[in-house]
Amino acid sequence: MLPSEIDTVRRIVADMKDRPGPCIEVLHSVQAALGYVPADAVPIIAEALNLSRAEVHGVVTFYHFFRETPPGKHTVSICRAEACQSMGADNLVEHAKRRLGVDFHETTADGTFSLEPVFCLGNCACSPAAMIDGRLYGRVTPERFDELVAEKKQ
Amino acid sequence: MTAVTVYVPRDAAALSIGAEEVAVAIARECSARGIELKLIRNGSRGACWLEPLVEVVTAKGRVAYGPVTVADVPSLFAAGFLDGRGHPLFLGPTDEIPWFASQQRLTFARVGIVDPASVADYVANGGYQGLRRALSMAPEAIVQAVLDSGLRGRGGAAFPTGIKWKTVLQQAVAQKFVTCNADEGDSGTFSDRMLMEGDPLCLIEGMTIAAVAVGATQGYIYLRAEYPHSHRALNTAIAAAYQARYLGSDVLGSGKRFDLEVRLGAGAYVCGEETSMLQSLEGRRGEVRVRPPLPAIEGLFGKPTIVNNVMTFGSVPTILHQGADFYKNFGMGRSRGTLPLQLAGNIKRGGLIERAFGVSLRELLYDYGGGSATGRPIRAVQVGGPLGAFIPASQFDVLIDYEALTAIGALLGHGGIVVFDDTVDMARMARYAMEFCAVESCGKCTPCRIGSTRGVEVIDKILGGVESERNLALLENLCDTLLQGSLCGLGGMTPFPVQSAIKHFREDFRARSKTPLKRAG
Repeated sequence: MLPSEIDTVRRIVADMKDRPGPCIEVLHSVQAALGYVPADAVPIIAEALNLSRAEVHGVVTFYHFFRETPPGKHTVSICRAEACQSMGADNLVEHAKRRLGVDFHETTADGTFSLEPVFCLGNCACSPAAMIDGRLYGRVTPERFDELVAEKKQ
Repeated sequence: MTAVTVYVPRDAAALSIGAEEVAVAIARECSARGIELKLIRNGSRGACWLEPLVEVVTAKGRVAYGPVTVADVPSLFAAGFLDGRGHPLFLGPTDEIPWFASQQRLTFARVGIVDPASVADYVANGGYQGLRRALSMAPEAIVQAVLDSGLRGRGGAAFPTGIKWKTVLQQAVAQKFVTCNADEGDSGTFSDRMLMEGDPLCLIEGMTIAAVAVGATQGYIYLRAEYPHSHRALNTAIAAAYQARYLGSDVLGSGKRFDLEVRLGAGAYVCGEETSMLQSLEGRRGEVRVRPPLPAIEGLFGKPTIVNNVMTFGSVPTILHQGADFYKNFGMGRSRGTLPLQLAGNIKRGGLIERAFGVSLRELLYDYGGGSATGRPIRAVQVGGPLGAFIPASQFDVLIDYEALTAIGALLGHGGIVVFDDTVDMARMARYAMEFCAVESCGKCTPCRIGSTRGVEVIDKILGGVESERNLALLENLCDTLLQGSLCGLGGMTPFPVQSAIKHFREDFRARSKTPLKRAG
């Protein structure tokens, strides 16, 4: 971590440590600020919250949402759940992997896109669904996917 | 000249198919024409197939146009839609659209109608009447009203809500909590999301009533991280409720305190299980706790805690406002009241339908849903999320009722209905159920943690032609182990989709001659 990032983590834990059960809240804030939860942040968080490193590491690794590596510039999440499958999500997933040249949990070589699976975005009547940088998209065909990717690349 | 009022939803589903762009285009066109516009960003009325659904307030009430795309906006203006005139997308008065008119909306009475961010609009449409009544009643009387209404937990377990509340009320402890499980992770469900985005104050009111009933001063909404739109809508509504003194140190001048905040989950399906949710709210790994003690006795931070689903809390204001009898008169058998059902997946007219218990699955699929989106025959539906059984076409006459679904080996869960046409590969769906369990298992119980991975492998062997019959028997055996040997519903119910797929669609479990299925994830 850069010194400025260490400062950011320290500031976040200092702000939140007195809240009830703060560990996940802290991790959310760290990820929002840095894009991921660096391994070096774990001991800082653990010490401030009076937890063991193992406990904090255990929380980071339990939850799919927290990532331990920096994300690409854009995070593309594609829903893999049943409703989306019924409308061709498996094809969309295969298309997206081919189009971006990465598998799930990977980032493109140019650092532009990270591809993640997600289990339900709550958009099940407009399947298949995808989310790009927190924005939800419905009825995503492979063609629509290519358009969205092209828009983000610009 | 008075302003024209136009409603364009800010519901996530509507936004996902272009509502924001439509809202911007309408505002731009109005400004270019010098028309004063009052643009209200409402929730969705629930007809996802008509979204983005644009409504205009006319002398004859609200009229609807949909589904509207940006490209339609110029022609809507040219046709005079601001005066409610005709256009190919004209749907008439919104309330008279048959899809809406035949519903029985109690929890969703205001969704799509009010401005979700406005306390004044909420109150003008019957909001906070329930809380006002509750504040005039003794705590025991509030709990009794919930008990008498017959309300059962809408998250899926269908446990009588009043009994849970009564247990918390009886604990002589100073600190109690009210927590809302908004970790709506089941595929095919979005009613929680729609209420939180379309009428968040209804949830807030329901939780406040619960707090008043049991003497809790702090509430938490445990919201899944996949719902950023709901997060914003809830925070806006909570701030508005504080400002109007419906939350805080002196709720409606009663001298009672109730503070409420949203806590985000982090993408773990198992945290929809109540003890796992409490672990997560405490900032820990979402590993399931052994019961007893029940959360109502030792819940969040070891204190007595109400844990209810969004839909359960969302039903409470009606019960307190209109009375337990009013609510109880809807429904059938032991399933009282209404249920917001969600039609999803391969369906022509998907969306949210609130009806009293007792409507048939067939009516939902064909009268409301209009059959599959692809136009092919519906082969199977999965009711109740990824842990729900697959129901074959021969059982579509089953009624939406907890006991009726149990009787055919299925479950109602959170009321999500996912539709599959005849191209579905049921062995692949069974495999997915095991794979999902493997990804989402919290790891506490061995049958769930390891059995799910073995399940995927066994199904691969069956389809790969490796001793198919023997492995099919092994799969049944494995399902039994998961069923009997898991603490919570994730391991305990993953067998339901698998077993129902084998039972009703055994022909799909024969060996494939071509390449074996490869891992999808």
